[in-house]
This record gives sequence, C-alpha cells and structure tokens, in this order.
Amino acid sequence: MSDKFKFAMYWAGSCGGCEIALLEIKEKILEVDANYDVVFWPVAADFKYKDVRGYDDGYIDVCLYNGCIRNSENEEIARLLRDKSKVLVAFGACATMGGIPGLANEASAQELKDLVYRDNPSVDNPEGVYPQERYEVPEGELELPHLYDTVKTLDQCVDVDYSMPGCPPEAHQIAAVLDVVTAALKGEGELPPKGAVIGVAPKTCCDECDRVKEEKKVSGFKRLATSIPEPEKCLLEQGYICMGPATRAGCGGRCTSVGMPCRGCYGPPEGVIDQGAKMLSTLASIVDAPTPEEIAEIAATVPDPVGTFYRFGLAGSLLRRSKA
Amino acid sequence: MSEQFEPRLIGFLCRWCSYNGADLAGTSRMKYPPNMVPIKTNCSGRVDPTHIMKAFAEGADGVLIAGCHPGDCHYINGNYRTAGRFPLMKKMLEQLGLEPGRLRLEWVSAAEGDKFARVVTEFTEEVRALGPLNWNIPDEGPGHGEVYHAGDDAKAAKEAVSA
Repeated sequence: MSDKFKFAMYWAGSCGGCEIALLEIKEKILEVDANYDVVFWPVAADFKYKDVRGYDDGYIDVCLYNGCIRNSENEEIARLLRDKSKVLVAFGACATMGGIPGLANEASAQELKDLVYRDNPSVDNPEGVYPQERYEVPEGELELPHLYDTVKTLDQCVDVDYSMPGCPPEAHQIAAVLDVVTAALKGEGELPPKGAVIGVAPKTCCDECDRVKEEKKVSGFKRLATSIPEPEKCLLEQGYICMGPATRAGCGGRCTSVGMPCRGCYGPPEGVIDQGAKMLSTLASIVDAPTPEEIAEIAATVPDPVGTFYRFGLAGSLLRRSKA
Repeated sequence: MSEQFEPRLIGFLCRWCSYNGADLAGTSRMKYPPNMVPIKTNCSGRVDPTHIMKAFAEGADGVLIAGCHPGDCHYINGNYRTAGRFPLMKKMLEQLGLEPGRLRLEWVSAAEGDKFARVVTEFTEEVRALGPLNWNIPDEGPGHGEVYHAGDDAKAAKEAVSA
C-alpha cells in the first residue's frame, strides 16, 4: 500500500443515498483519490470484513459511517470500525439521529414483521413464511443478523468523533469537510473539537431560506397534496408544516426554494436537545384563533405528529421509541 | 399484595396563579398526596415540550401542567400557547404508546387552593391506577446500551467481532 491516508466508508441501516452524495462532489473525487487509499467501502471497492479485521487499530484515518444501527451486523461493524479508525464520522441523518429507518421505533420488530410478511393487504403468504435468523441446509447452518427492536444512532453504540447530518449531507458541505480533514491530516490545519457537528451552518434552516417572512400566524394547516404554495411567502406562514425553525442550517434551503417544506433532515440546531419537541412547540404557538378551545382543536389536526416532527430524529430523540 | 405503588409526578406550575394556588392549599392546611414534585415556571407557556419528554424519559410516571385561566395570563396570552401545544403533545405521546391519563393540563388560579388539592389527588390516583411508566429502551446487542469506546477494552472487543 502507498503512503496515502486511509479512507473507509460503510453503510449500515440506510438507503445508499449517502454514498451517492459523496460522489456528488464530482471532480473533487479525484482529489480524494490523490490523497487517500480506499481501504474499505462495500459499495465501491471489494474489501471484506476479514480484511478490516486484519488492519491494525487506528489504521484507517477517516471513516464515514452512514446508516443507523438496525441489526447486530450494523453494531458489530460499528465497533470494528471504531477500533480501526482514527476519526469516525457519523455521516448522514441515519447515523446521527436514526433517520427515516428510525421511525421503525414506533413499533417492535415483531409488529413490523407481522405487517410486512402477513398483514399487508398485498401480501400473499398462505404458508406464513417468515424470515429466519438461522436455517439448516445440507452444507451447514446459515445465519442472518438479528433485527433489533430499537433502531439506534451510531453514537448510542460507539464513541463518535464527528457528526455530519443531512439526508443526504449536501455535496458542498462534504467537499468542505474533506478539505478540512485532509489539511489536518497533512499537518496544515486543525481538526474541529471532538464531538462537533460538521458540514453545517450555525443558525437554522430559516436563516438560509429566501422566502419572505412576516408574521407567523396560521388558522389551519395545509398539505402539498391538496394545495399549491405561493412562490415567495414563508411556507409556515402559509400553513404548510415546515420544519425550518427547528432544523439546523447547512443545506442552503434547497427544499423550500422549490416549494417543498423543510422536513428536518439536518437535525436540531445548536443548543436544542429534541428537534421534534421544539417543532411541536413552534407549530402549536403560531396557531391563531380567538379561544383556547379553537386553538386546541386546530393544533390537534396535525395528522401524524411523530412522523412529522421526528421524520428523521426519532431514534436520537429524548424518548427514542414508543413505549415498550 | 405488596406495598401500593407510589407514582412519581412532576408538576409544572405557573408562578402567577397555580404555584400560588398550591401555596394557598398549603397554608389552608388542605390534605393532598405528596407524590407531585412542583416546579415553578414563569408561565405555563414557558413549559417546553422538551421538559415534558425529559420528565417521562427520566422516570416520571405523570406530568401535570397548571397555569392561569384563559384571559388571566400575566403575559396576556402565554396560556393560549399552552392550550395549543397540549393537545398536540398529547396526541404525539399517545402515538408513542403513552396512556392519555399520564399527561394533564389544568387551569388553577391563585384563589383555587381547593382545586389544586383536588387535581393533585385525582391525578395521583389516576396515575397510580395506571402503574409505573418505565419508559426504558430494551437492551440489545453486545453493548447492552453502553456506548463502546475503542481501546477501553480492546481484547473483549476483538473477541466480540471475531466471534
């Protein structure tokens, strides 16, 4: 192997969008190639777990870990990569706060299996076949990873050096982060303090959103499926549930600029413990009606509070999951 | 039958009305169960949903929010904010499996010591009947909920990953 820095990327419980996001840095990938050897990246390079097990501890300079901890394999590899990496980055919304798969914490693993393999109207499974973790074949026993009841974030399992939120993280932020890390590895700069959230901007999504913001008072909530937003005005002021006020800046307001309300993928801003709680608070506070009863009635019309306020953050929230 | 279950309740009381209502209940020597820990807030509108979730996550069996009657808010409309947040909060926590009886909103004025005592008594009995909440996360995986640090126990870790 050459004396280049060692780079690894892993996907756990995720969709693969984070891998694509890394390639979105376009020709800058050549710079990455000039500075790093890929030593593990299941999507792009043919390395096996046993190769990683053979590395010395701390051999990998930078490891981007995307995806939540959904099963025992995800956790095993998280621990392995923690040992082998100098800098471990929780990359993307799933690794930092559970992401979309974190919504599985509304149910147990058994409930999910029942729905998917038995109860969905489109399921045709007369013999009641469920996936098994162990299965005997003539050649021996086959084993699948154990599906956890509770989706976990990476930092609920291992010590994480940096978190980089986003679904997926924006390419310009990835490029900027790689520049900082490469410079630090070369001794030309410093790494951010351990535990920092990187690849983000300091304020909230509203700060980067170009829409005109006036007084936030709504008398009801609208849905994109049934109405078309005005082009210039703040989406929240129009009655669309936009997570902007409770979401960290960094994306450049891309969704709101095309008329899509913010869904909160960049996670809570600095100082906020629980993104969903803050958004709930914000949304209920802007309801405008003459009596408390009417306000309560309007506020309770939000159809799916957990799925709306914790679309990306349930696993990393204060309560983490539904009552067991 | 063993000892009866004593619920742990948190009460967020607005300092202008409900906290004084609690004081009045005390100075009037009214009797009510000691299960609720009162927390004085400037306004019921200051009670962030984060506070409620933190209480449940850290062991509370029930949470009471008490503020001024609508129209009486010291800050004009703080309790209108509460009025909007409460049903949404309740709806969300019910989605997560919380029994509706564990979260309660009441308007208690400074003159309503008797109402305060009645509310706390009712609430305590209601939550007692529901039993302990125990909002705990099932332990799974090799770490059993402990965050793993590289190097802390490198040998055990290596055995775990090579198993």
